[in-house]
Amino acid sequence: MSAAPALESETLLRVEGLQTWYPIRAGVMQSRVGWVQAATDVSLELAAGRTLALVGESGCGKTTVGRSILRLETPQAGRIEFEGRDLLELDAEELRAARQRIQIIFQDPMASLDPRMRVRDQIAEGMRSFGIGANENERRDRVASLLERVQLDPDTMDRYPHEFSGGQRQRICIARALAVEPRLIVCDESVSALDVSIQAQILNLLRDLQEELDLSYLFITHDLSVVRYLAHDVAVMYLGKIVETGPTESLFRDPAHPYTQGLLAAIPSIDPLIRGGAPPVLGDVPSPSDPPRGCHFHTRCASVMDRCRVETPAMFAANGRASRCFLSEPGGEDEGGA
Amino acid sequence: MNVEPYIASNVVTLVLLVGVGFLVAFVRRNRLWREAARTLWSRRKVAILTVGLYLAIGVLDSFAWKGGVPEDVVDVLPNAPLTLVDRLFLGTREASYSAPLAEIEFYGGQPLRHPGTHLLGTDILGRDVLYLSLKGARVALLIGGLTSLIAIPLALLFGVGAGYFGGRFDDFVFFLISTLASMPGLLLLITLIMVMGRGTLSVCVALGVTSWVGFCRLSRAETLKLRELEYVSAARALGVSEPAIVLRHILPNLAHLIVITFVLMFSGLVLSEAVLSWLGIGVDGSWGQMIDGARDELSREPIIWWNIGAAGTALFGLILAVNTVGDAIRDVLDPRTLRDSP
Amino acid sequence: MSALLEVRDLRTTFPSSKRSAGPDDGLPVVDRVSFDLSSGEVLALVGESGSGKSMTALSILRLVPKPGRVVAGEVRLGGENLLDYPVTEMRRVRGTRISMIFQEPMTSLNPVVTAGAQVIEAIQLHDSIGYADARARTRELFVEVGIPDPDARLDAYPHQLSGGLKQRVMIAMALSTRPEILIADEPTTALDVTIQAQILALLRDLQRTRNTAILLITHDLGIVNELADRVAVMYAGRIVEVAERTQLLSNPLHPYTQGLLRSIPARSAAGDRLPEIPGTVPPPSQWPSGCRFSTRCPARFEPCADVMPEELRPAGGRRVWCHDVARNTNPQTDEHGEEEA
Repeated sequence: MSAAPALESETLLRVEGLQTWYPIRAGVMQSRVGWVQAATDVSLELAAGRTLALVGESGCGKTTVGRSILRLETPQAGRIEFEGRDLLELDAEELRAARQRIQIIFQDPMASLDPRMRVRDQIAEGMRSFGIGANENERRDRVASLLERVQLDPDTMDRYPHEFSGGQRQRICIARALAVEPRLIVCDESVSALDVSIQAQILNLLRDLQEELDLSYLFITHDLSVVRYLAHDVAVMYLGKIVETGPTESLFRDPAHPYTQGLLAAIPSIDPLIRGGAPPVLGDVPSPSDPPRGCHFHTRCASVMDRCRVETPAMFAANGRASRCFLSEPGGEDEGGA
Repeated sequence: MNVEPYIASNVVTLVLLVGVGFLVAFVRRNRLWREAARTLWSRRKVAILTVGLYLAIGVLDSFAWKGGVPEDVVDVLPNAPLTLVDRLFLGTREASYSAPLAEIEFYGGQPLRHPGTHLLGTDILGRDVLYLSLKGARVALLIGGLTSLIAIPLALLFGVGAGYFGGRFDDFVFFLISTLASMPGLLLLITLIMVMGRGTLSVCVALGVTSWVGFCRLSRAETLKLRELEYVSAARALGVSEPAIVLRHILPNLAHLIVITFVLMFSGLVLSEAVLSWLGIGVDGSWGQMIDGARDELSREPIIWWNIGAAGTALFGLILAVNTVGDAIRDVLDPRTLRDSP
Repeated sequence: MSALLEVRDLRTTFPSSKRSAGPDDGLPVVDRVSFDLSSGEVLALVGESGSGKSMTALSILRLVPKPGRVVAGEVRLGGENLLDYPVTEMRRVRGTRISMIFQEPMTSLNPVVTAGAQVIEAIQLHDSIGYADARARTRELFVEVGIPDPDARLDAYPHQLSGGLKQRVMIAMALSTRPEILIADEPTTALDVTIQAQILALLRDLQRTRNTAILLITHDLGIVNELADRVAVMYAGRIVEVAERTQLLSNPLHPYTQGLLRSIPARSAAGDRLPEIPGTVPPPSQWPSGCRFSTRCPARFEPCADVMPEELRPAGGRRVWCHDVARNTNPQTDEHGEEEA
């Protein structure tokens, strides 16, 4: 693994203009009648050893982005540069080799493990694919040490997934991902299905592993409190587009985009002195197959202006922060809505 | 090299037994299957033992060898290949009908050659009905087993392929299934058997070709579901190739369906053969044929009931036992039990 | 003032896998649970999965799935014990005096019946009014729960509605009979956080205007803070602490409550290690004979594993079950001096 100390963290992953749309087919001939615009014009950057949180509510496209990076989905356009090479340009063999460096941990610990395979075989499966470990015994030892590292008893390696609890299964998934020595792990809602007390354990584990192994995480979640704890940088998504990016603390303290503001304000606080007032974001999410014209958030935005209904804002960047909103446009704009 | 049929049959039986041996070894090694087997045993001992009994009889009737025929036996050729079951009943032939445990012939009242020894009577050719019933076991097992061995792999090939790879292959399979399903099954069966000629193999092939559609649909649907599960995506992300994913992740998770389908299909096939026998194109020596022969017998006065009684009971016994075990297997192998955490 | 709902020593068991002889044998997933719910009050029942909170709600309505059974205790609604009611009487209570809404709006609504029809059916089940009147009342309810374009939504099928809208329909259905008590089992867990904020605001408003008592079941302490007046914390089938909302959140007594609050990431600044509660909830077959949290408790000492703690009543209407609190509490004061990390 990387032993050379980097003065400036290398950019491990750079996504530019990613577009992944799903065709909607209907009719006898199953012709395409429309598109589910799951992810549009998505750009982000992740440096080695750091965590980028991709945040949004259901249907915003964050899972699609995660899966596209692993090429478990097929994007229509864009670049996904990993370790300097565009993953979308690779052929099958090269892709397979590249897959060793990017792994994924899913949300549902039950569906993530094959119920009919022993745990040790599942952890070793990746090792076998990529030729890690010279023989069965060596792989067995590695499985044991991986289980220890995720704080599970190595003697349980011959058991089946249903004999473990949800939190333990998630640890097994982490061990499986670590087995092939990746540099980037996509965590797709990896702690969302866990109880709060177990969640804390897994989050600590992920943090420790990041420090030990110089891992990068693309942490996909809808839970903003987890984001604040784990992520260095945040990208907020709404209806398929990234609406705001920036370092975590800065974004949380001073969100620029109205959706981010609404998202943060909607989280129920456990501070007994704070009780919510009116809900910050009204209405329902529009359908991704027919997003609103102009700024796609304008139908629910408290600060909507006339131009928002017709013009589509670009990402306006300043001081390491960026926001897809006319209110953030540099050089004067109408404050205070229409 | 011209292999005599009985030697070929012996070899095939041996191979099947070895195959079963491997299955048993696998079940003993794999903890999930072992526990399922144990649960099944604890719930359905009687049914399992019954099936076991039929199996034992079938196996005993499957190895034939030549020679060893006593001199005074006249109804078989001296060097005909005979099985153990055959030999047990050697030389018990009567002239014609006799009632169970009777001392005299049914028509005419002549004393029997072996009075009081025929537990279930004799048929029109004087053959012991118990002997015929026992021989029918092997035929039934053959029909159920061999046909399933044809139908299930066929169904898996098309079903899993269509479900996993989708696209044109899926369209083709769908077309195939729809076409086959819209043909009247019985007519198709009759046509195939007429074309291929009568005989055990043709019947098995014909039955196999007409009964794979149901399981094909089922395995396609299940594969579609499994394909979307996250552990399949995880395997892909771990660099496992598509064929390996199908082999290592999809098929083992279809195994419970295969077992259930096999057991439940079995009884349907045996019953189908009975219908074919009634039409005169079934397999020789089957219970169906015995029942078919009873059409005459039941219209006689006084009626001859022991032929159809024996064959019907034997058939009923096997089907009931197999279905009982099959239901229990379906419960025991329910994958939902694999989703509960302790 | 006696409470609207008084639950005393409620006990619900599920048979253990070993065949036991007695009818009382079995694992108590709800174990001697007692609490009061006053008219117009919101009481939150908080716990993680396996704590027994949902099962408590089902026990009150006597909807415990087989093979579980309510084996002991009392559930007094307006003075009468619901556990003594014959089933026909109980059916009249369900949906009229006590209503329930569930976690998954996806599966709580019948997919082949329109939203309006389901609410109308609920109304007509308990009130003998004609279809036109019931439909008018349903439309009013839809407006009250904030469903936009209510006339169109009356004839919409569930799959045409978003998660938030479906939950509003559920709430309309539950409130259509003006129940005294609404049991809400994780009503917003399946919803996005912005929609959740809307539903919580709605529940708050409805509760105020109709003065309905709510038994809120949740694992999210943020939701507790938004809606609840009082809180009962459950662990492994037992209640371990009861307190008024601000007291519980600012000064939790029981070590489990403290651990729970600490492990919420919002409370830690980035950079700290998240305080964990080590270990996992033991399954019912492995519960110690004493305090069930003792296997993971940082304040554990000799009596904890063997002796079940007795109820303590510190000042302020609080209740807590903990040996450590018992030995540390000075009966004169009402503050307990454990600081948070």
